[in-house]
Amino acid sequence: MITLDNVSKTYGTGEQAIHALKPVHLHVPQGAIHGVIGLSGAGKSTLIRCVNLLERPTTGRVFVDGEELTALDAASLNRARHRMGMIFQHFNLLSSRTVFANVALPLELMGVAKREIRERVEPLLELTGLADKRDMYPAQLSGGQKQRVAIARALASRPKVLLCDEATSALDPQTTLSILELLQDINRKLGLTILLITHEMEVVKTICHRVSLISAGELVEEADVGDFFTAPQTRLGREFLNAFLELEPPQALVDRLAAQPGDDTHPVVRLAFTGDSVSTPLVSRLARDCNIDVSILEAKVESIQDRTLGLMIAELIGPADKTREALAYLESHDLQVEVLGHVQRDA
Amino acid sequence: MSSAMLELILEATLDTLYMVAVSGLIAAALGVPLGVLLYVTRPGQILAQPLTNRVLGIVTNIGRSIPFIILMVAIIPFTRALVGSSIGTNAAAVPLTIAAIPFVARLVEGALNEVPPGLVEAAQSMGATPYQIITKVLLPEARGGIITGLTITVVTLISYSAMAGAVGGGGLGDLGIRYGYNRFNPTIMLITVVILVVLVQGFQMLGDYLVRRSDHK
Repeated sequence: MITLDNVSKTYGTGEQAIHALKPVHLHVPQGAIHGVIGLSGAGKSTLIRCVNLLERPTTGRVFVDGEELTALDAASLNRARHRMGMIFQHFNLLSSRTVFANVALPLELMGVAKREIRERVEPLLELTGLADKRDMYPAQLSGGQKQRVAIARALASRPKVLLCDEATSALDPQTTLSILELLQDINRKLGLTILLITHEMEVVKTICHRVSLISAGELVEEADVGDFFTAPQTRLGREFLNAFLELEPPQALVDRLAAQPGDDTHPVVRLAFTGDSVSTPLVSRLARDCNIDVSILEAKVESIQDRTLGLMIAELIGPADKTREALAYLESHDLQVEVLGHVQRDA
Repeated sequence: MSSAMLELILEATLDTLYMVAVSGLIAAALGVPLGVLLYVTRPGQILAQPLTNRVLGIVTNIGRSIPFIILMVAIIPFTRALVGSSIGTNAAAVPLTIAAIPFVARLVEGALNEVPPGLVEAAQSMGATPYQIITKVLLPEARGGIITGLTITVVTLISYSAMAGAVGGGGLGDLGIRYGYNRFNPTIMLITVVILVVLVQGFQMLGDYLVRRSDHK
């Protein structure tokens, strides 16, 4: 439904050129919810704005619904944009228009007759739970309600694609969740393809099917959400995941961690259990089979859509040869092992 | 006070209102589009035309920088060609209009500049044409600011119209100078000033009311 082929964006020329987006490829199939996650300044916004050509790519081609947008003249591009909805971080509602008139705006732009506008707007207000706010002005609404108006407005032209530019970043967690539920609902009911950019793992976890990780203008990783949350392939992916899971070793421990094992040290490991290993009693087997002690410092279990992810930070206590054996044992199973460092015994 | 005097005051008031109305309406009709043009042709704007923008900006600045009293005298030939006379209220309305157009244009440009760029972007994402963006987004969203600008213009025109006496334009300012100042009649002077104050207050209140009514922020 959406294909970016070798799309890049450079601002300025020569020495001062800023490569906001290095050449990227991205394909979002019909009906998918695809998330692009990255830190601020990574090029997320540029990427999503290249899809409807709010930002004209420096190189590459953009296809939406089989049509090459980058080849269209201004009038055809405007028609193509009627088939794409977009919502924004700061909602961008017209303060001079009521809720109804805001939602009607894209239809007015398309030249739809007044009566038909009413027939199309009313159901959208129902869908987004705004029927009783019909004649209010945006200034009278909460952030979540404003974003609902923006969603209704984006849907008014019956688009095939919805672009979400940090749509929940200005909302509190509770409201974020309700907006995400609405987006998911729309995706299921209308079969709408959604491309969203965000810096929040929560958003990706809650509604995305697939996710791309963007860093310094490059898509560095792309995976199904289940895989991304259980086995990110890049360092940045792991950083995002760890920050999201808040599973970092306590600072007091970090201060004592040495990179290299010493004479009398224990390894501290971070274990990520996925797939079959989640339900295997690995820790007790480890203690029994390798004859070591395992001290669990932190642990948690997350469910990511249909998957389960177990995480643990543990200290393996025993003689050096035994703990080495234990690490090998862990690595031979279906889980990820990361040695965070080594601590002095009884320090 | 004699009834002749009252008649004189009434006539002067109507002259002032006439000059302000004519020049205000024409200046709004031409200044609003000029202000829109100044805004939308800016670099990076929806109809970016840097050269046009530069030229319009310079012309507007020239119009804004000529002192009104000089402008009034300088364009006398033009005024005569346009209204057939270089004296009277119609003749005074010409320089008032010329002075007010760039004034309105800059105020409108400023009002449009207050519209959040995100709104224009949203409209573009919906496939709006530049004309639609102007009529459906920029002007409605800047309505409060534009009304404020027009109110300022009317008030300024009332005060400028007092100078119209220099070309025999009549009006309250002229009356105040001729009767109040030249003939040492402090009552007339006071009355003209009071009427001017009341007019300014009235227009300001009307403008504020219209801004309040159009503002849903």
